[in-house]
Amino acid sequence: MTTAITIKSTSTDVSNLPVLEISNLAVGYRGNEGFQRVVHEVSLLVRPGEVVALVGESGSGKTTTAQAVIGLLAENGRLEAGAVRLNGTDIAGWSQKRLDAIRGSKISLIPQDPTSSLNPVKTIGAQVAEVLQIHRQGSRAEIDARVIDLLTRVGLSQPVLRAKQYPHELSGGMRQRVLIAIAVALRPALIIADEPTSALDATVQKRILDLIDELRHEYGTAVLLVTHDLGVAADRANHLVVLKEGRVQEQGPTAEVLASPRSDYTRKLLADAPSLGKTRSVSRSISPRIHGRDDAIVVENLVQDFTIGGRRDVFRAVDGVSFTVQRGTTHAIVGESGSGKTTTVRSIVGFQKPTSGRIRVDGIDVMSLHGDTLRRFRKTIQLVYQNPFASLDPRQTIFQIVEEPLLNFDCPPREERARKVQAILDRVGLPQSALTRRPHGLSGGQRQRVAIARALVLDPQVLVLDEAVSALDVTVQAQILALLDELQQALGLTYLFISHDLAVVRQISDTVSVLHNGRQVDSGFVEDVFLRPESAYTRELIGAIPGQRKPTGTDITRSMGAER
Amino acid sequence: MTSLNTIGRSLLRDDTDIPASPSQVLRRASSGGRWLKVIRDIQPGLVLSWFIMAVVMLWALFPQWFTSYSATVGVARQQLRAPSAEHWLGTDALGRDLLARIIYGAGNSLTGAFVAVGVGLLVGTTLGIIAGSARGRIDGAIMRSVDVLLSIPQLLLSLSIVILLGFGIVNAAIAVGITSIASFARLARSEVVRVRASDYVEAAFGSGGTFSRVLLRHILPNSLTSVIAFAALQLGWAILTISTLGFLGYGAPPPTPEWGLLIAEGRNYLARAWWLTTVPGIVVILVVLSANRISQSFGRARA
Repeated sequence: MTTAITIKSTSTDVSNLPVLEISNLAVGYRGNEGFQRVVHEVSLLVRPGEVVALVGESGSGKTTTAQAVIGLLAENGRLEAGAVRLNGTDIAGWSQKRLDAIRGSKISLIPQDPTSSLNPVKTIGAQVAEVLQIHRQGSRAEIDARVIDLLTRVGLSQPVLRAKQYPHELSGGMRQRVLIAIAVALRPALIIADEPTSALDATVQKRILDLIDELRHEYGTAVLLVTHDLGVAADRANHLVVLKEGRVQEQGPTAEVLASPRSDYTRKLLADAPSLGKTRSVSRSISPRIHGRDDAIVVENLVQDFTIGGRRDVFRAVDGVSFTVQRGTTHAIVGESGSGKTTTVRSIVGFQKPTSGRIRVDGIDVMSLHGDTLRRFRKTIQLVYQNPFASLDPRQTIFQIVEEPLLNFDCPPREERARKVQAILDRVGLPQSALTRRPHGLSGGQRQRVAIARALVLDPQVLVLDEAVSALDVTVQAQILALLDELQQALGLTYLFISHDLAVVRQISDTVSVLHNGRQVDSGFVEDVFLRPESAYTRELIGAIPGQRKPTGTDITRSMGAER
Repeated sequence: MTSLNTIGRSLLRDDTDIPASPSQVLRRASSGGRWLKVIRDIQPGLVLSWFIMAVVMLWALFPQWFTSYSATVGVARQQLRAPSAEHWLGTDALGRDLLARIIYGAGNSLTGAFVAVGVGLLVGTTLGIIAGSARGRIDGAIMRSVDVLLSIPQLLLSLSIVILLGFGIVNAAIAVGITSIASFARLARSEVVRVRASDYVEAAFGSGGTFSRVLLRHILPNSLTSVIAFAALQLGWAILTISTLGFLGYGAPPPTPEWGLLIAEGRNYLARAWWLTTVPGIVVILVVLSANRISQSFGRARA
């Protein structure tokens, strides 16, 4: 039914055959619990030169759908029913050997992880040449010239040098460009981009997406963009297909879907997606600062050096960072990977000694602490880690995990500990039945709640959240952010929020520091920094946030947020 | 307090009512289905391995239950008999029943194996844990001595230790155990280093844990599983090595029944009585394979 709408709306500009037509696709996996179907009756159309975004959360079947199209399902996966028509030919039942002839030439893939998708022992040039060698027996010299040409085309500087380099000598963004060069080498009719930028920093993400857009215009290639990021999809796609639990919830032209979503799930996704449209509720804006009066965290001129290789080489990871955080407010530290944000918080929490500078948390000079005083200081400040799958001991029950900090300090009697653990679990919105479970029995969002409970059980003044919501799906992310907000209001907590996601930062924090290569390039109230950024870098960061291109979309998001 | 508690509850949404785990979902299924699954999950190889180990254990503990013959006193005019109804596995050159000698030998061989693995596990793991958690100079000192231990051929090392300590089953076992200290120490250290680097250990320190507490509560339980799996694997290796020492004459003194010694003694009659070497050899192989299979199941349970 939705397919019909798609056809009608696009038939005006493009009338010819769709590049890709998936109809009633069903895919399942064979596992320990028997055969399980994960994709149900998915139908979609991709027309020449069009970008169709497949949007969904983890486990929605979006990657499985993409893999089924190109015949790269995992060993235990099976395409059960449905047709995959490439330029009108059904390739659903084709053997791997037959698919080899079209993979790379008619249909190609940009994989998600640029680090593991390139062969570490072959040069970049050889890897780009491979696809040309497989499909066309051009002479060596022709292929070499074409490789350099392609590397230039995808925007790599010094392409001749790059062709001779190995993957580890290139940055993540450069590697992704190489993968794009491989994907477009034979000008395929369709490119499947499976989360092509999820592993990259925001500014790099924008450049890579721009590149894909440019190449698409130039070559007229259609793109099936698989993404969890609604902002990216809104910016880049002509059509949206929203998946949930392997079923299409809604599909149609991007503007239409964003402006008037028909399914509840899409509405929820839109509401939960962090965007620039959303800011902190006005009622909670902080009082004018009275300097030094009630600051929970004061960082002055923090410098952190690391020695690398021998004793002589010094790398300055953090260079003169200063900020203060008023009690009961949220300060965000923003930056891309390698900007020094994690190093900064590790010094503040007391996991490492800074080279110079001053840190005061709740009036305590952190740098003077050692041994038992440092241990006592842990009661004041607690850290919540990015990955809730790694930060909980897999052998402990949830009760043991949350109880542990209590045992480390004055160790109240058993009943009181049990009561406290139950209360804190209630507070973070976990059922009491979770107490006896182990982390592997919980979802990502539940685990992060456990991590927050463990951090809060000691009644700390300051909670440091190191990318604490980055690994979570948008709806779960929205829930955790709401929980953090509630907890802050109820307990008067001070948050130090580390993130690379500016949209989330804008939504949750009062003040912000922007770090770039270890230096603080911008800081102040969130509103000021976002509306009047001082540095070019901050402007670039803000410009790179996905989801800004369709003003109608953000308007909708904002009104949705208000309704909620 | 109650009003605060409701905050959490109000946030209970779809991410909190996911079914606990596949096993819980399963438990809801009918009990008949559950038994079907239990039967389907049985691994015949593993069951057989446990069965062999159980039988050998019983041999070691109560040898008199399994045979009425003596392991050390031969019967006159019954030398080198082929397997028959009277002597299931035949007799040796002194007229002793081979089955009885294998059954009584289990005690000696297994004691040896357990002592050997015990020595290696205790000393090696302790060294590894100290090295992995202390790091720095202590780590360097311990691990370099371990490297020295590794660089000496194992059989040569155990032979020298036996000569130093004197002959006998237990001494041979200690010698074999000392040669395995290096492997245990290296494995334990690498596991401790791996677990130490994990977020949950840092979180435990971050919530005010003292070093010894974090070590006991997080580092040891999470690093010892693979050490235990390795110990089970070493059990088979120890039986083999002790048998080798016995074969070379460095193990138990002759009248004592011990598997390695049985193989060595039978060697002289290989042409006339092949069963004297073959059957004890097969028993050693079966026990070693069973120990390996059981160790593998431990390793898999961890993953």
